[in-house]
Amino acid sequence: MHASVRESAKNRIPALRGGWEHFPHEADMGVRGHGDTLPDAFAAVAEATIAVVTDPAGIDPAERVEFACSASDPDLLLYDFLNAIVYEMAVGGRLFSRFRVEIEGETLRAEAWGEPVDGRRHQPAVEIKGATFTQLAVRQAADGSWIAQCVLDI
Amino acid sequence: MDINRFTKVSDTAWRLEPQGAMRVPAVIYADEALLADMDDKVAEQASNVAMLPGIVQASYAMPDAHWGYGFPIGGVAAFDAEQGGVVSAGGVGFDVSCGVRTLLTGLDHRAIEAVQPRLADALFAGIPAGLGSTGQIHLRDQQMTDMLRGGAAWAVERGFGQPEDLERIEERGQMAGADPEAVSQQARKRQRNEMGTLGSGNHYLEVQHITRVFDPEVAAAFGLAEGQVVVSIHCGSRGLGHQIGTEFLREMAIAAKGHGIELPDRELACAPIHSEIGQRYLGAMRAAINCALANRQILTHLAREVFAEVLPDANLRLLYDVSHNTCKTERHVVDGRDRELYVHRKGATRAFGPGHPDLPEALRGVGQPVLIGGSMGTASYILVGTNEGERLSFNSACHGAGRAMSRHQATRQWRGRALVDELAARGILIRSPSLRGVAEEAPGAYKDVSRVVQASHDAGLARLVARVEPMVCIKG
Repeated sequence: MHASVRESAKNRIPALRGGWEHFPHEADMGVRGHGDTLPDAFAAVAEATIAVVTDPAGIDPAERVEFACSASDPDLLLYDFLNAIVYEMAVGGRLFSRFRVEIEGETLRAEAWGEPVDGRRHQPAVEIKGATFTQLAVRQAADGSWIAQCVLDI
Repeated sequence: MDINRFTKVSDTAWRLEPQGAMRVPAVIYADEALLADMDDKVAEQASNVAMLPGIVQASYAMPDAHWGYGFPIGGVAAFDAEQGGVVSAGGVGFDVSCGVRTLLTGLDHRAIEAVQPRLADALFAGIPAGLGSTGQIHLRDQQMTDMLRGGAAWAVERGFGQPEDLERIEERGQMAGADPEAVSQQARKRQRNEMGTLGSGNHYLEVQHITRVFDPEVAAAFGLAEGQVVVSIHCGSRGLGHQIGTEFLREMAIAAKGHGIELPDRELACAPIHSEIGQRYLGAMRAAINCALANRQILTHLAREVFAEVLPDANLRLLYDVSHNTCKTERHVVDGRDRELYVHRKGATRAFGPGHPDLPEALRGVGQPVLIGGSMGTASYILVGTNEGERLSFNSACHGAGRAMSRHQATRQWRGRALVDELAARGILIRSPSLRGVAEEAPGAYKDVSRVVQASHDAGLARLVARVEPMVCIKG
């Protein structure tokens, strides 16, 4: 995993292609992303992850951060990707509102746009401890679209 | 949950006989209503735990059990290394050594009422809480290594507390066998600015007053009396523990097959105790326990500073500090034989009975304080461990109310502002950086803690000593 803060890139920020939702878990929160492609589904579930903490619409996409991770199967790749975001939020003190994901073989590269946490403005509801294996699944639907999901420990 | 699947052992003990790959039975402690309200996943997860190699006696679930990761939250299981036993990152969880400590104050509740809003504001200002909050302590690598070895003793040496605090902490504040070298740089980085922070979610600092004493003799030994005020702190090993859980869960899930372990659920990721990764995990997990102990110690110091300013007559003495998410090496008698076991408690409290050698001298005669956290607007309880608890659950009891409703449901049912106002009208002042966080943690989203502790008491896991109710609650 690698992450680094780069220059502002407001003009190149992609719009989310796909949708996301939260699904209930007794103690924590499930996140699910949908997309026409696997990378889009990953980007959507990443946004769902942020939305567990605060409303992504309130996060200024002023700074860009890059991530990379690799894993031998798509489930583990999602586990690593979401944990990379959790790690960057914790260590970098940042929140993100937009993601672009590329997946090539076993390797994922992502860009995330966001800003430092502002307690008063963002009012973060919770910290995420980590993505878990619970209901961890990456699958293709009958119509060819992709779904990526897991439960987050919060 | 369909209770007809169980053999009723007593009014508060239910047994699932071994079937399929289960090596031992699964036992759930709860009254009939609590059991019926539990998700089917609790029985499924307790049964899955019973399939793990080297498990001894039974897989247990406490009365607050709910659907967790691999293990149910409220799950207890002991493994024998000499019989191929395993250590499970999933069985400890992400928030290693998350726990509660309770401090006596020597104050009457009327002293708090006189300054309640000022105290609430001062505590909220003095205790870093919520996402993005950082403490005053920023550790360089060698200091981090020292903290991971030293635990609360490290914190006391640096002026965060008093040497007598250490007597009142499990392992006397310093978990032996910690291996800081087994803690990754990522875990260290995640902790660098988080020492002395409360975290978020169900973590809190509460000022509470004792509203009922059930056992006057034990209460007196603990220093508790009706009307007196205590302070309870619930938090864990922060980012360091979360990262260790994340990393080892992944590594153990992949390595399991190589160790000949068929995992009934990937979340039960584990490794033989006598394996390189098993030993490395134990070293890292013990370091995370020390991180949690140091963190609660620093928060204690911060609370003492606030009280010294607002209520100079207060004398905050530690009653006890317990951990919930751990794997501890303990000796227990099983089948008439004294054996060394690796006891996993995932959302469960250790509850040693009277006479246990690990208890400090002042408490040895009565047993270990068992601190059961409530949920912001509800009561919390102080119990005491029993001797029969060893046979029943390797001396383990419940750890809290346990959630009954998802965060999703809670935010649809309650609004944070309305909850804060409603609790204030009941004399409970909430301070939190997030109103949505307050709504997600609404007291009504939890099980009835009184019912949970009564079931623990009736089952003999621990005995009721006192009930406390919140006056001020700082939520992350």
